[in-house]
Amino acid sequence: MNVSTRFLINRLGKQCAFNRIVTYSTKSTEHAAANAVETEKEPKIKETTASTASEASIPIRKPVIPANYRFIYPEFLPDPKIEWRNPIREKLERMDMLDRRRQIDLPEFYVGSIMAVTSSDPHAEGKVSRFVGICIHRDRCGLRARFILRNVIDHQGIEVIYELYDPTIQKVEVLRLEKRLDDSLFYLRDALPEYSTFDENMEAEQLEEGAPVPVNDIKVVLRPRPWLERWERQNLRGVANIDQYLKDKHRQSARRVQKPWEKYDLMKQYRATIPEEEQNEIFAEVYAELHAQELQRKRNKRKRTFVKPKQLA
Amino acid sequence: MALRNLKSLGQLLLKQQIPQQQQQLIHTTPACCEIRKLARLRVVDNSDLGKRAMAEGRPPRCIHVYNKRGVGFIGDKVLVAIKGQMKKGILVGLKQKQKPKQPKFDSNNLVLIDDNGSPLGTRIHVPIPTILRTILKEKTQAKGADYTKVLAIASRYV
Repeated sequence: MNVSTRFLINRLGKQCAFNRIVTYSTKSTEHAAANAVETEKEPKIKETTASTASEASIPIRKPVIPANYRFIYPEFLPDPKIEWRNPIREKLERMDMLDRRRQIDLPEFYVGSIMAVTSSDPHAEGKVSRFVGICIHRDRCGLRARFILRNVIDHQGIEVIYELYDPTIQKVEVLRLEKRLDDSLFYLRDALPEYSTFDENMEAEQLEEGAPVPVNDIKVVLRPRPWLERWERQNLRGVANIDQYLKDKHRQSARRVQKPWEKYDLMKQYRATIPEEEQNEIFAEVYAELHAQELQRKRNKRKRTFVKPKQLA
Repeated sequence: MALRNLKSLGQLLLKQQIPQQQQQLIHTTPACCEIRKLARLRVVDNSDLGKRAMAEGRPPRCIHVYNKRGVGFIGDKVLVAIKGQMKKGILVGLKQKQKPKQPKFDSNNLVLIDDNGSPLGTRIHVPIPTILRTILKEKTQAKGADYTKVLAIASRYV
């Protein structure tokens, strides 16, 4: 193998690593921010190219898909498992999802956001149940997308799984839009209860338009063992005192099962993600509709934030 | 002299008790995520018996589940051994994985009832799932025990 081919392969690998990003990761926020900056730059370039193109009388304009769509709408990307892929089903599901989104406002949220879900209750006629909690996990794709909310009510930890496209859900509110340091917060089950206690009458906090989603770098304090999972093996960043409860045997066994080489496994990454080209194809299909809904939401928000001035005298 | 003896005896007893307590702390059964025989439960109503059992740190054990699977689910009736007595109770919150929209609790909660289905306490101090409304109504037969009385003492639904 001569030097030039080796160099080429290396570059190819780097490109692949850049293009393929795990669907449900919030860890690559810096990455995403960098991407966003790039896309901000891109439209200008595209505008200039478009202007030159219009001068050349070619009026075809492709919609510019924001790079952060895969974080805002991760459920539009199908499950990368090859045995479960079915392009027709995926397309039909996307249509159904858009149909549902026309009926109900499903806002952007992340693991770590505090949400309130209002759903109709079949067990109490004519009533609704509202549950407020922190989103500790988000999984599954398409119409089956779901998330888990957790809260401590009356000193009792409670978790509820909600399906995002469940027709019985009447309202999904995001009370505080933020991210945490980890991709799933199951360790809150073993943390002290104050870390998963949220007020039920919380007011929604407004974020400035165009501001990046803040990352809450709070470190939770765990209860002593026994735990529900072996947290020391999961490389958690949002836990403060994990080392306090570990003995040497735990550290050794954690070291034994570590797989530090996995991040270099291109094939594994390929199987676990949707390639960027395919993502663009999917989002190009739903972009117009989603963008229109976003604009509508912005308009509604402005309407809501307008407060009529009171007469003082 | 006798008093002093008594005091020293008491101290001795205390010294003996401390290691016993530590032993008890070490020897605990692991958290059971499924309600089957000998699973530990948490009494969440304010019945005298339940409160005393929980305060002593000897929570009741399930000794029978009244269904055909032998595994207790939400709303199932169980027989528990509590402070040397046998009492019946209803499961009102489970650690197990639940279906969407049904709450999963951090502990296995129990409300003590008597044979007629009326609860021993007068208040449940944790939220209970709303699905119990349907389940307990279905389980109540015209002439049998009336389990819906448990719903009446709930402070809050989730």
